[in-house]
Amino acid sequence: MTNSTVLSVEGLKTYFYLDDNEIAKAVDHVDFAIEPGETLALVGESGSGKSITSLSIMNLIEKPGKIVDGAIYLNGKNIVDLSDKKMTDIRGKEVGMIFQEPMTALNPVYTVGNQIIEVLRKHKKMSSSVAKKRAIELLKLVGFPRAEETIKEHPHQLSGGMRQRVMIAIAIACEPKLLIADEPTTALDVTIQAQILDLIDEMKHKFDMGVLLITHDLGVVAEYADRVLVMYGGQIVESATKQTLFNDPKHPYTNGLLASLPSLDKQTDRLGAIKGTVPPAHRFPKGCRFSTRCPHVMEKCLHANPDLIPESDGHEVRCHLFK
Amino acid sequence: MQQLNAQETPSVEPIRPPEGQEPSKNKASKSPFQLAFARFRKNKLAIVGIVILVSIVLISVFADLLATHDPTKSNLLLIENGPSSEHILGTDGSGRDNFSRLLYGSRISLIVGFSAMIFTLMIGTTLGSIAGYYGGKIDSFIMRLTDLMQALPFFVLALTIISIVPEITIALFVTIIALTSWPNLTRIIRGTFLSLREQEFMLGAKAIGASDFRIIFKHFIPNAIGPITVNATLMMAQMIIFESGLSFVGMGIPQPTPTWGNMLSQAQNIRILRNHPEAWIPAGLGIFLTVLAINFIGDGLRDAFDPKSNRR
Repeated sequence: MTNSTVLSVEGLKTYFYLDDNEIAKAVDHVDFAIEPGETLALVGESGSGKSITSLSIMNLIEKPGKIVDGAIYLNGKNIVDLSDKKMTDIRGKEVGMIFQEPMTALNPVYTVGNQIIEVLRKHKKMSSSVAKKRAIELLKLVGFPRAEETIKEHPHQLSGGMRQRVMIAIAIACEPKLLIADEPTTALDVTIQAQILDLIDEMKHKFDMGVLLITHDLGVVAEYADRVLVMYGGQIVESATKQTLFNDPKHPYTNGLLASLPSLDKQTDRLGAIKGTVPPAHRFPKGCRFSTRCPHVMEKCLHANPDLIPESDGHEVRCHLFK
Repeated sequence: MQQLNAQETPSVEPIRPPEGQEPSKNKASKSPFQLAFARFRKNKLAIVGIVILVSIVLISVFADLLATHDPTKSNLLLIENGPSSEHILGTDGSGRDNFSRLLYGSRISLIVGFSAMIFTLMIGTTLGSIAGYYGGKIDSFIMRLTDLMQALPFFVLALTIISIVPEITIALFVTIIALTSWPNLTRIIRGTFLSLREQEFMLGAKAIGASDFRIIFKHFIPNAIGPITVNATLMMAQMIIFESGLSFVGMGIPQPTPTWGNMLSQAQNIRILRNHPEAWIPAGLGIFLTVLAINFIGDGLRDAFDPKSNRR
């Protein structure tokens, strides 16, 4: 961790306390850091703990969930124990967030302009006329040519891709050092996906932000990420640079994910699939959490969960196959 | 079917203006409220309701000018007189002018209905919002409280309070009605909040650092304004009926204050019921028209805020 590190998550544990005294370990000891200008991709299936990780960073975990342990340093300051009131000064100002569902992420009763101005007035203490000018600039920045008119429009008049652009404008309005994008393109069609991701990338360079990109689309990872964390069962199972991950994947789960992608070079009838689904977070197996689905499962895997061990420089794997 | 579709599209496909409506001349886009208002304006029954209600409001405001006599001044020489040029609707059992009492009576009915509605709305919206937003223990506590209130028979409770209190003023009367009728509204608003909570823009509002207070008042309530307005309107009609009912049985606003309920209570006397219909029918009609008008408006608002409930 250097002085400029935007976000450093250390030993984060977010548990959900279920009714019948069961504990769902949705995020179980996760460490990572993001530097300015870096895009870190968080990859995994549904239920692997990606979104809970991002909500933990925003401190938006609702009951019965709780951040049990760990530290989250945002621009060098630990935010895990901050009061709700102090967190409202950080959300939107030091971290911006983009959501999966642009169709419902904007409040239908306010104009687009109102919603951008709300952030600016809250965090930048701008007067409404200054905030309005800034909102127009922001809309132009995210690609609305007629921003002066767009500002007066209501969300129902915009398409999904346009709404996601507005969400980006809101997220970057206060020039945060960290942008969390939680599956920002899942609800959009492919051509719009590329535009939105290009826009996020452009904003990243412009404001020198760190980006936490949560996705289950490895194509998106290949195009936009610098480093990749593969999550499974609330833990990081492999951490590598993008090149290393695609050229030399180690963990059986990562291999499984890559095998399930169609390839342009090879003709195949059926795509590979990983058998089964992620076990629910309160019923993880005793040993390695992937052991129930792993093709290389050994006796050892059923008893002990392996540690995340360095394989080469900057490449870590959590698997008994590598020692 | 086609008409139904045309009514449904505006919220989804904004480029096409709603059927029968000219594209707006100014560039500013229509907010969901403006769209609802445009739908409301096309509802003829609701417009009739508005016209009736506005006339009654005007009558009550200008009762001083329209009335021919002092509504509380009795004249013991003129008891239970029939219509005459001096007293158009005759006089009541204490020799007070029925026509003037009818005009002033609208004032009491509207004031009681409106202020009881506002009061109930304040209690209901606050408690409902808190319960729906925070959930958990706070929610359970408020909901058990409403259960408790709803388990008590409303009418009997109100009657008991009224009979204990020695002097009933309008303010006290309104307070009693409001304190006994908030649970229904609380439940409705809590329900609306629970469904809005799951919308992603609530998370979005939190993610930009909005405080709880701001989220409730700036993001929740404007989105719940449809159900709130509709229920408030229908509640007002109910409050007016309730006031009349209590006054009719002599437990409402005490004499000599003129209210429609008080005037109706004369009809308990068989002599007046048979021989002097002009003394009580107009008051009954007043209540009837007011409540009908408000209900028309309430229905119109409901259709306007929820295009899916279109049954025309």
